[in-house]
Amino acid sequence: MLQRMLAIMLKEVRQLARDRLTFGMIIGIPLMQMLLFGYAINFDVRNLRAAVVDEAGTSLSRALVGDLHASGVVEFAAPSPSVADLRRRMSAGEISVGVVIPPDFERRRLEPDRAAVQLLVDGSEPTVDGVARGLAALPAPGRDGAYRSRMQFFEVRTEYNPERRTAVQVVPALIGVILNMTMVIFTAAAIVRERERGNLELLITTPIRSWELMAGKLLPYVLIGLVQTTLILVVGALLFDVPVNGHLADLYLAAALFIAATLTLGLVISTFAKTQFQAFQLAFFTMLPSILLSGFMFPFDGMPKPAQWIAQVLPLTHFVVMIRGIVLRGAPLIDLYVPAAKLGAFLLVTLVIATLRFHKRLD
Amino acid sequence: MNVESPAVVARDLTRRFGSVLAVNGVDLEIPQARIYGFLGPNGSGKSTTIRMLCGLLRPSSGTAEVLGQQMPRDAERLRQRLGYMTQKFSLWDDLTVHENLEFMARIFGLDAARRRDRIAASAAEYDLQRILRQRAGTLSGGQRQRLALAAATLHEPEMLMLDEPTSAVDPQSRRDFWESLFALASRGVTILVSTHYMDEAERCHRLAILAEGKVVAEGEPKQLMNDIAASVVEIEADDVMAARRALAADSQLKSLAQLGTRLHALLDPAAVEPAERVRRRLQDAGVAAQVALVPASLEDVFVAATGFGHDPVAGGAG
Repeated sequence: MLQRMLAIMLKEVRQLARDRLTFGMIIGIPLMQMLLFGYAINFDVRNLRAAVVDEAGTSLSRALVGDLHASGVVEFAAPSPSVADLRRRMSAGEISVGVVIPPDFERRRLEPDRAAVQLLVDGSEPTVDGVARGLAALPAPGRDGAYRSRMQFFEVRTEYNPERRTAVQVVPALIGVILNMTMVIFTAAAIVRERERGNLELLITTPIRSWELMAGKLLPYVLIGLVQTTLILVVGALLFDVPVNGHLADLYLAAALFIAATLTLGLVISTFAKTQFQAFQLAFFTMLPSILLSGFMFPFDGMPKPAQWIAQVLPLTHFVVMIRGIVLRGAPLIDLYVPAAKLGAFLLVTLVIATLRFHKRLD
Repeated sequence: MNVESPAVVARDLTRRFGSVLAVNGVDLEIPQARIYGFLGPNGSGKSTTIRMLCGLLRPSSGTAEVLGQQMPRDAERLRQRLGYMTQKFSLWDDLTVHENLEFMARIFGLDAARRRDRIAASAAEYDLQRILRQRAGTLSGGQRQRLALAAATLHEPEMLMLDEPTSAVDPQSRRDFWESLFALASRGVTILVSTHYMDEAERCHRLAILAEGKVVAEGEPKQLMNDIAASVVEIEADDVMAARRALAADSQLKSLAQLGTRLHALLDPAAVEPAERVRRRLQDAGVAAQVALVPASLEDVFVAATGFGHDPVAGGAG
């Protein structure tokens, strides 16, 4: 009984070790994704290209431009002679932000109900708008009262990620995204490949039981998933200084639960797909909503209700909550029993579906 | 089970795939420790019947009893007693010969000592010793087939089901393979083998000819050849095409097949003096030929059993 399961496991590991492409993907996909998401997808926007139209030309207006530049958020190109020219340059994609300092800038700044400076912002690029709006609230330090004294209503303190670095938000959830991608595809493909090549027809005429076959095929991938988790955590710490505030044991437990859930999802897909190509398509069909709706990139609360319902069915949604809780907020697994229970429910349901659909027959 | 009772009894076995009737009311009795052949063209229902008998497919209707057990209900109980060889090579290309055998031995629950013994014995019997460390994907057709047979017999099954095992191998390998089958049968293993080669079918102890999902003839090959429902006239002519044309119009002619420079004409058994009848027709047409009444070959049996084809002149069997 155990012997048959072990035989399947041994065979899977042997085949995997010989399949260099798949083996490379196990390491390659997490690394590539880490670098991609860690560096390219960066919400802390810096060095936005900007230009200024300084119609005032006073020492104070020049000081303002200097302060904006010093913030590092914008980088000034050559100034424009007119607002019309500024608009042309923005429409040509040359700049993302335009600063218009009107001739009566000195007088305006003394009038509390009129804006002293106008910021033109390219709204066609995501996140630029928000960043530039942040700029507008900028009272340059050391020059209190120089532009205008403002009452501050709210003081914002960002907990768990005080520097508001994107990598800190993205990397832990990235564990989920990468596991979701690789685990679903690998298991679905591993089973469908045997069906395609005729191995399954032979296997089902042997005394092996369905669950022995499934468990033997899935268990090696649980191990691979945990290796990938470790890889992401190590690279995240080395390259992006992402801390692990919670317990490692909690983290691996949560990861193991999530891996099991994605593996059974892959198993369900494998019972529908007739070819490896279909398996890939079905896997990607579940990937996109997972990435978009899980709260990995966009805040969950901002989504319309139907999207939130769909997100509840996706295992990644619950894992993102758990992993951010453990890695960033240092939450113990016990406190995360709600998403853990939802993930467990998903695992059970997919396992039942897969078992019901997998027959030791060809029809 | 009783030594005398048949290994397989099937009654009215039927399988539909959608609107296609792949197997249509097949009755079978396969004796123990014999090689039983299914002969038929592609699509005649050979594979589907074998798959129903080893529990891979459920029959749409009818019953099958294999080694005293009901199929497909008792399929799992029979796994240990059956060996199955698929039409396509279905072991693992990226595992070595030894790893494949080791894997199958484990799956069939052989303990370490028995695994070692059986793999060594199989490797010797099927000439695999020199290629034990070679990956299965790099083997020749004949080597793959020997490996597949070794894997199917590691657990010493009482019955082997082989689905067109020799379709991808050279003639020498086919001969060796059949020697192995006879050796297994002499040790008491019941063997069910499907083929579309006449020479292989002729080697079987018993034979069922399948066409369009039905058993159209059944018996020992010798018997089938004696009982053929046609007179077989062999014609050796210099101008084979002219001979064909001369005979085409004969109302008693059922089928005409060319074998090299010879023609086999199957005539209705009611035809009196069939050889003389053919000789006269050829003479009238001015075709010089040697004509003789000959015993039927299995190919003639096959042609007669599958309904003589539709156009006797264009129709050649095989």
